[in-house]
Amino acid sequence: MNRIKKFIEEAGWPRILIAVFLVILFIVAPFVGVPVDAAFSDTLVRFGMNGVLVLAMVPMVQSGCGLNFGLPLGIIAGLLGAVTSVELEAKGIPGVFTAMAIATPIAVVLGWGYGLLLNKVKGEEMMIATYVGFSSVAFMCIMWLVLPYSSSNMVWGYAGVGLRTTVSVEEFWQRAISDIAAFNIGDAFYFPTGMFLFFLLLCGLMWVFMRTRTGTAMTTVGSNPDYARASGVNINRMRTLSVILSTWLGALGIIVYEQSFGFIQLYMGPFMMAFPAVAALLIGGASVKKASIINVIVGTFLFQGILTMTPSVINSMLQTDMSEVIRIIVSNGMILYALTRVTKVRS
Amino acid sequence: MKRGPMGAEDPLLRVEGVGKAYFSNRVLKNVNFTLGRGRILGLVGENGAGKSTLMNILFGMRVIQETGGYEGKILIDGKEVHFRSPMDALNAGIGMVHQEFSLIPGFTVAENIVLNRETLVYNPLVEAFGDRLTTLDRASMTRRADEAISRLNIELDSSTPISELPVGYKQFTEIAREIDKKGTRLLVLDEPTAVLTESEADILLDSMRRLAAQGISIIFISHRLQEVMSVCDDIVILRDGEVVLQTTPAETSVRQIASAMVGRKIDRTEGPAEERRSSDKVAMQIEHLWVDMPGETVRNVNLTVFEGEILGIGGMAGQGKLGIANGIMGLHPAGGKVTFHGENVELNNPGSPLSLGISAVSEDRRGVGLLLEESIAWNIIFTSLQTQGRFLKSFGPLKIRDEEAIAECARKYIHDLEIKCTSEKQHVQELSGGNQQKVCLAKAFETRPRLLFVAEPTRGIDVGAKKVVLDTLKRYNREHGMTIVVISSELEELRSVCDRIAIIDKGSVAGILPASTPSEAFGYLLMGAGAAEAEKAANDNSNGTEAASA
Repeated sequence: MNRIKKFIEEAGWPRILIAVFLVILFIVAPFVGVPVDAAFSDTLVRFGMNGVLVLAMVPMVQSGCGLNFGLPLGIIAGLLGAVTSVELEAKGIPGVFTAMAIATPIAVVLGWGYGLLLNKVKGEEMMIATYVGFSSVAFMCIMWLVLPYSSSNMVWGYAGVGLRTTVSVEEFWQRAISDIAAFNIGDAFYFPTGMFLFFLLLCGLMWVFMRTRTGTAMTTVGSNPDYARASGVNINRMRTLSVILSTWLGALGIIVYEQSFGFIQLYMGPFMMAFPAVAALLIGGASVKKASIINVIVGTFLFQGILTMTPSVINSMLQTDMSEVIRIIVSNGMILYALTRVTKVRS
Repeated sequence: MKRGPMGAEDPLLRVEGVGKAYFSNRVLKNVNFTLGRGRILGLVGENGAGKSTLMNILFGMRVIQETGGYEGKILIDGKEVHFRSPMDALNAGIGMVHQEFSLIPGFTVAENIVLNRETLVYNPLVEAFGDRLTTLDRASMTRRADEAISRLNIELDSSTPISELPVGYKQFTEIAREIDKKGTRLLVLDEPTAVLTESEADILLDSMRRLAAQGISIIFISHRLQEVMSVCDDIVILRDGEVVLQTTPAETSVRQIASAMVGRKIDRTEGPAEERRSSDKVAMQIEHLWVDMPGETVRNVNLTVFEGEILGIGGMAGQGKLGIANGIMGLHPAGGKVTFHGENVELNNPGSPLSLGISAVSEDRRGVGLLLEESIAWNIIFTSLQTQGRFLKSFGPLKIRDEEAIAECARKYIHDLEIKCTSEKQHVQELSGGNQQKVCLAKAFETRPRLLFVAEPTRGIDVGAKKVVLDTLKRYNREHGMTIVVISSELEELRSVCDRIAIIDKGSVAGILPASTPSEAFGYLLMGAGAAEAEKAANDNSNGTEAASA
């Protein structure tokens, strides 16, 4: 009894309730005609696709910059890397890594500027970050038309210039990472081993980084900036570094997402990408001041599980297609729920 | 000026056996005094002697009821009163001028004086929308303000906006506001001269005498003893929540007051027991230090800290003693020259003093001193980890935290300093004040400093923890030869641990005396009475003791 109590206390009621709800959805699924194996596979794929984007939240939360609502900025760096690698016709795993290699310096530069901006608006980071994300997406809407890409795989057919809203990577590096050591069970169950390994590798690196001297300082800056300063830590530098890290992980995250999804979504594609990542992290038990790797993994799984299962199960039950509506209600409802509970801090 | 002795009639204010404890912490004990009409009572005491609590009780402040009320009786005109809120006190004719101004900067002097009691004129809109739309009678408001100002006998244009006035005149505006209130019979002035220049203070004292002559009684809280002596009819001295002396200026001297104020809470023999030879080696040399710390401005401090000593820095709140450590540690903008063992300490850079081996325990425990939401272990090791790269182990090409070593170090301090906790993993916010302070000390000790600043080491902690903290400081000084600078408002505490004590007044050093010097000498320095007086008192007294022992 005590052990159960302790488990509940450590996991937190919200997570237990959501997990129970998810289990119920899986149990109900076969009775309303939703195939469980495909649904479970979908959940795992979505978990792998979104994991890195959620992980990108961690550095900024830890350094006290709040949730990275400016994630679209990192995503843009990733998109630039992705379209450039397609332009270069890089294929397979080298193609993905070309995309990442090109995205990295762009993410560092953008992240640095973004970090400088956030250092000027301490206490209001999340609000400013949201608008940094939005405005950078709007700016890139112009740039996607103007930038001199010419690959026939990407530009508008009728004009010969300007990138299309959706670019397929099927001929280049679709599932290049996912398919490493991937396997199928039956017809419908597919396990993207490579994508999982990549995600876990990044989680591991983050775990190690948070335990280095710099990572420790970053966490301390988030916990009490005055204490950190009195211990000789340069607060602004730590915050900027965390923003660069978050932006860079956002760039890697979107590339992982695209190689699994098979498409690069430009223009308004990144616009709302920050919100599901924020929701997943908060569902995982993080607060706006503290986030751990466990929060990322648990939260991404629960959130993507609910997001995959709820629409399909409820659609089948109601015999109508309102999956998108339900998705929006669930994901924004979760953000709302999580943000109202920000004061509750647990590490 | 007629200020006759108290007649047979009931005095305006009578305080009978008033006491107050905040939970288990007793701050006032059996306070008795009376205040007659038109008399000025000086209330004197060190920081924390209970003056503010007494005034809070008198003024019916919420905090008193919320913490269980008070003991004893307060009688006005011979009738017992129970003020439940400051409004009740105002209605009974008690006015208070606080240390922090409560004025609206954009309004004129007149508007501030009659604020919320403006003279109102009827207009037709009132019929439709109610009293809130009555018009202000500005001419009458100005007249009332001018009248109040003239009662103070000062030159002040009532149409000037508050934001353009010097501090002294803001103070006068506050007082004028209290006077304008009909029926103000008792005026409480809390440290009114602290922010005034000498000539402004003289004007204020003059105004006070005038008001008293008009029949208004005044409670004057001040630590400037000369002023108290010159203006008051009665003097009440508080120490540790008790009235230790009740006298009149004619019967006493500044020296007697000073000595009563600081008292002799600790026996002479319990002071620095061993005569310690002072080292001649200079550890830290501070020259012309200024620090812009809000509320604790340091103007020009010159101070030498010798190796291996415990130096005390004392002084009244707000005089700048806290600014010294914070300035040197780079936490507030500072200037001047500080050298440590011959090396220059770079100011405005917190990393510089730390790398030279200077550490500090902040007076702002919860704000600067601790990571409340982290474990005890992390709190203790963080500074050492950051500045000295300790508690790290290799992990491939990287170095990561050595959790084992960290836990072990934390357990060592938990045992050594008797930190009461469930384990080293417990979050610091769950600890009591005393144990939090021990964590702060452990953090500073772990950086193995050659010089340690400790600010307000015993503020807000219980007696048991106090002793552990002070003993620990002494032990580290004796066993590890750590040079320690203790900064505290509590003189007796300084006298019990320090070798020498510097008193800071108005942002610079008023004097430095050995800790064995009698309290009243320090009292002089605290009151800003000058170093010469203090020396004299010190010498007089030591002669006296010698004579007595002979």
